[in-house]
Amino acid sequence: MNNILVLPVVIPVLAGILLVFFRSHIQIQRWLSLAAILSVTGISIYILNMIQNAGIIRLDFGNWQPPFGILFVGDSFSLLLVLTTSLVAAICLIYAFYSIGEQRERMFFYPFVLLMVAGVNGSFLTGDLFNLYVCFEVMLLASYALITLGGTKAQLKESIKYVAINVLSSWFFLVAIAYLYGTVGTLNMAHLSERIAEAGQTPLLTVISILFLLVFGLKAGLLLYFWLPGSYSVPPTAVAALFGGLLTKVGIYAMFRMFTLLFYHEPSITHTIIGIMAGITLIGGSFGAIAYRDIRQIVSFNVVIAVGFILVGLAVATPAAIEGSIYYLVHDMLVKAALFLIAGSMAALTGTTMIDRMSGLIRHYPILGWSFFIIMLALAGIPPLSGFMGKILIGQGAIESGSYILLALSLISSIFVLYSLLRIFLNCFWGESTTSEEDSAPLSKGWIIPCALLTAASIALGFGAEYISPYIADAAATLTNPYIYIDAVLNK
Amino acid sequence: METLIIILTGVLVSVATYLFLSRNVIRIILGTAVLTHAAHLLIMTMGGLKTGGVPVLGEETTTFTDALPQALILTSIVISFAVTAFLLVLAYRLYQESRSDNLNVLRSMLNE
Repeated sequence: MNNILVLPVVIPVLAGILLVFFRSHIQIQRWLSLAAILSVTGISIYILNMIQNAGIIRLDFGNWQPPFGILFVGDSFSLLLVLTTSLVAAICLIYAFYSIGEQRERMFFYPFVLLMVAGVNGSFLTGDLFNLYVCFEVMLLASYALITLGGTKAQLKESIKYVAINVLSSWFFLVAIAYLYGTVGTLNMAHLSERIAEAGQTPLLTVISILFLLVFGLKAGLLLYFWLPGSYSVPPTAVAALFGGLLTKVGIYAMFRMFTLLFYHEPSITHTIIGIMAGITLIGGSFGAIAYRDIRQIVSFNVVIAVGFILVGLAVATPAAIEGSIYYLVHDMLVKAALFLIAGSMAALTGTTMIDRMSGLIRHYPILGWSFFIIMLALAGIPPLSGFMGKILIGQGAIESGSYILLALSLISSIFVLYSLLRIFLNCFWGESTTSEEDSAPLSKGWIIPCALLTAASIALGFGAEYISPYIADAAATLTNPYIYIDAVLNK
Repeated sequence: METLIIILTGVLVSVATYLFLSRNVIRIILGTAVLTHAAHLLIMTMGGLKTGGVPVLGEETTTFTDALPQALILTSIVISFAVTAFLLVLAYRLYQESRSDNLNVLRSMLNE
């Protein structure tokens, strides 16, 4: 029992509600939302360290003992993601201050961002399956509002698709919950895990697990990613960066929880299917990333590749691979947000999103150019940067378990990532500048600083691997040994 | 009784699928509403239909109906209500912008 665990959800919700009353005071909205997110960052660092000393902590709402009430459970995995979420959200907010435009700020942009962060954090922290559904919906409703905010034609069209897909996947989620409840009679995740272990994961439970796989596959963009590039490329840059950094990662998180805590008894069926889906996602994402000449599409397809790559780690499911996936997940949240911000800045500077129509940007905007270059290297997994640890650990896991096809696909996809981004770099940043020094639009500091901060975070994650690894190792240990989680929740 | 409700759920799902696959935005929205109600019926049936008294400790009853499915459905109804309201507003805005509620027309118009 520790009430501090509820703060990462409650602070954004309360701040969001409060901000509704300050609609016309944009300065108050800005600073209050940033303060709320930064305080969540501080609190999550505090809780993360507390977990290292005291083990997994939980909060039973209304003091209903598990498995009866709903509860929040904080382990290292959740808190690492909560911390990264709030970092990314804070940096995207800074970018939004300078780019989102007064009209959107007045239409409750900040409250929606805060509520979305609350939903994301709630999904990470909850220990109850139905509560996970509710937090998903909180996050999704805020994201529906954010994707349509501004109401341009393209946004409205893509949002109909986005909302319809998500309503459908939420329906599957409800159906899966209903079947699971009918089969084992509980929704508390630790209790579920225990009961499924007792029943030995019968074929019926395996089918239900595949239903969950379908749900989270739709949410995370694993194989079922057809909706993703469109809906991630229409909203304004700051929103797209939040989506690219956070939303798919919640689906990935849920998948990790499901298939390491609940449905880990039949890996030859479930994990093989995850492996196949991850492999096809890698192939499809790679083709998409090199097929388009629109930067925002290329960047969106890079999100798809990363989803496939992280889930290779889950499919392989050795301790090393799980650790690698967690490391890569944290890295990817930071780096994808940076990539979306840089791509959006480039589009705003040149007035086009086609890579053929821009050239020589690095001459006038060196910091932007070098940030992009470093982010590109990090994504490709060049050693000192943040992508390297994740890649090497997932690769090691794949070799240990003999999944050479997945290993080959993930390595080849890294080359495609590098190629697709290098193409942007060579076409847009390199070469003759099309504009002279005087003509080029000045780049606002508010655009550069968030990009530079995220780049610095990526570098820090790479060089500071030694400091972060205890947390990641602890998170991986909890995931690979479900009894740590069950004992902490059910107090055996 | 369970069989009857499950058949009803199946009918609702097929109606919703039919609506969902049409080209008209309003029909799709109605489809999502029907779809969620099918899910609610499913949850209720999976929790077991009325098998005992109300879930309040008393002296006469010894068996109780499971209260959890009802709590889940209540939450889910609220969420589905919010999403449907949002979708209706979205459809209205889409109609304002493009003067059409046919998805085929919208697709050809917006991809230019």
